[in-house]
Amino acid sequence: MSASLPYLVASVCFILALQGLSSPTHARRGNLVGAFGMLVAVVGTLLYAHILTFLWIGIGLMIGAAIGAAMSIWIPMTKMPERIALSHCFGGLAAALVGVSEYHHRMAFEGIDKFTMAALGLEVFLGFLTFTGSLMAFGKLQGLISGAPMTYKGQNATNVTMFFAALALLVLLVLDPSRSFLFYLMGALGLAVGVLAVLPIGGADMPVVISLLNSYAGMASAATGFALGNYVLIIAGALDGTSGFLLSMKMSQAMNRSFANVLFGAFGAQPDTAAGGAGGPAANYNLATVEDAVGVLTAAQTVIVVPGYGMAVSQAQHAVRELAQSLEANGATVKYAIHPVAGRMPGHMNVLLAEANVPYDQLYDLEDINDEFARTDVALVVGANDVVNPAAKNNPGSPIYGMPVFNVDQSRAVIVLKRSVATGFAGIENDLFVQPNTMMVLGDAKKTLREFIAGVKEEAA
Amino acid sequence: MTNELLFGLYIFVLAGFLGHYVIEKVPPLLHTPLMAGTNAISGISLVGSLVSAGGGYGKLSMALGFVAVICATINTVGGFLITDRMLRMFKKKTPARGPKT
Repeated sequence: MSASLPYLVASVCFILALQGLSSPTHARRGNLVGAFGMLVAVVGTLLYAHILTFLWIGIGLMIGAAIGAAMSIWIPMTKMPERIALSHCFGGLAAALVGVSEYHHRMAFEGIDKFTMAALGLEVFLGFLTFTGSLMAFGKLQGLISGAPMTYKGQNATNVTMFFAALALLVLLVLDPSRSFLFYLMGALGLAVGVLAVLPIGGADMPVVISLLNSYAGMASAATGFALGNYVLIIAGALDGTSGFLLSMKMSQAMNRSFANVLFGAFGAQPDTAAGGAGGPAANYNLATVEDAVGVLTAAQTVIVVPGYGMAVSQAQHAVRELAQSLEANGATVKYAIHPVAGRMPGHMNVLLAEANVPYDQLYDLEDINDEFARTDVALVVGANDVVNPAAKNNPGSPIYGMPVFNVDQSRAVIVLKRSVATGFAGIENDLFVQPNTMMVLGDAKKTLREFIAGVKEEAA
Repeated sequence: MTNELLFGLYIFVLAGFLGHYVIEKVPPLLHTPLMAGTNAISGISLVGSLVSAGGGYGKLSMALGFVAVICATINTVGGFLITDRMLRMFKKKTPARGPKT
């Protein structure tokens, strides 16, 4: 018997795991099925794949399991994007190292045919690219590297040149796999491309970058599968690759980026700050006190909360949920409007709110809730900026024109919680803040929300 | 060899299509667990690492395989654990709290 049968079981389990994610009610069970499939695949390999020495495998499995468990149990949910970037990093490295090892021992023993060489070359290139690219993304998210886009002259030309250089190396290697110098050069090129492709991308674009790296990590796994003739690797890699690709498509749509822009790693498409900042700082904000805002909130029958990254930064999720509960106790209906790019990775905001015990049936996507703002008494914007900017709908000169945004401006009253009057991440003026029905409450979101809660409770008593 | 290549490509393309249809159905609500979950699944490259580390292919292959086993195990074990931790947090509204919308 070979390990093929366990691998088939694993493949089926993985597909069932992804299928489970179509609804929060089945998702946990699906995840368990996926983990079971993984176990079957690993045990099948250990039993049937001609493993000779188990000592180092055992040690490696134990170290990996300990680190993996530690990284999963204690990491705060706000750090999820960093956590995911790191796991892409490990995934890329594992694929690349297996590729190097495979090349080395095949060259020494049996030689390499053209097809395997092509797969190995892709595996090592994509693996190392994902490795350094994810490290850079992690550094940016963690603040170790400046989140600002680092651009230099001729950056696109350099990246395109390196891409074609890698392609040329691959062709040369396929023609003669024994040129090991070229093989290692290709690995080095992967490392360099990873760094240079992610460095120019700004922190606000991280949702696209992380999704894209997810896709690259999957492709590296699939290439490993081709090199080893292992179909479960091809299937898992294809699933991961498509998932990352679909997510990066969705993210780019939500940020109004083109398809080509995503394919080439969102190079050089940084919104030009100079183009948006023409108006200078607006002075005519309708600054409001906590008492004014509490008055409007207690009178409201329908409230939609629009959380943004600012909410996560000031750790205000729990305060938001408590305020919602007080308003509900007051008889109001509260919903949450979640923009696809609210947060630093796809779906991040939903996880943060779920952690704060917000029921998921109160969380609404952009297209599901956008028509409701016109019938809503109060839209409460907590630390969101560009996703509520009406300029995206009606100012063709704005850098974010065309980006799908919430129709917050159509609700009867708008309350905006904001740290200061400074412009948002992209440095763009927001017309919403000067609308007559907008009340700006400045200060730390968490503190302001606590005051809101106290005020609403007092009013209700 | 061409047959093996073709067969691999068949599987790759069909798995990609299947993935597309399955993943399209995942709501934005669960996109973060989706990414964590696919990460865990693509940690299946662990099986390649195991063969490299324990297949008796010499010291270099074993060393590279050993590091790869650690990396891939971090992803599989960590990936399934954190996905479960996230999914556990998603709860429906309890009827006890506030009027149902």
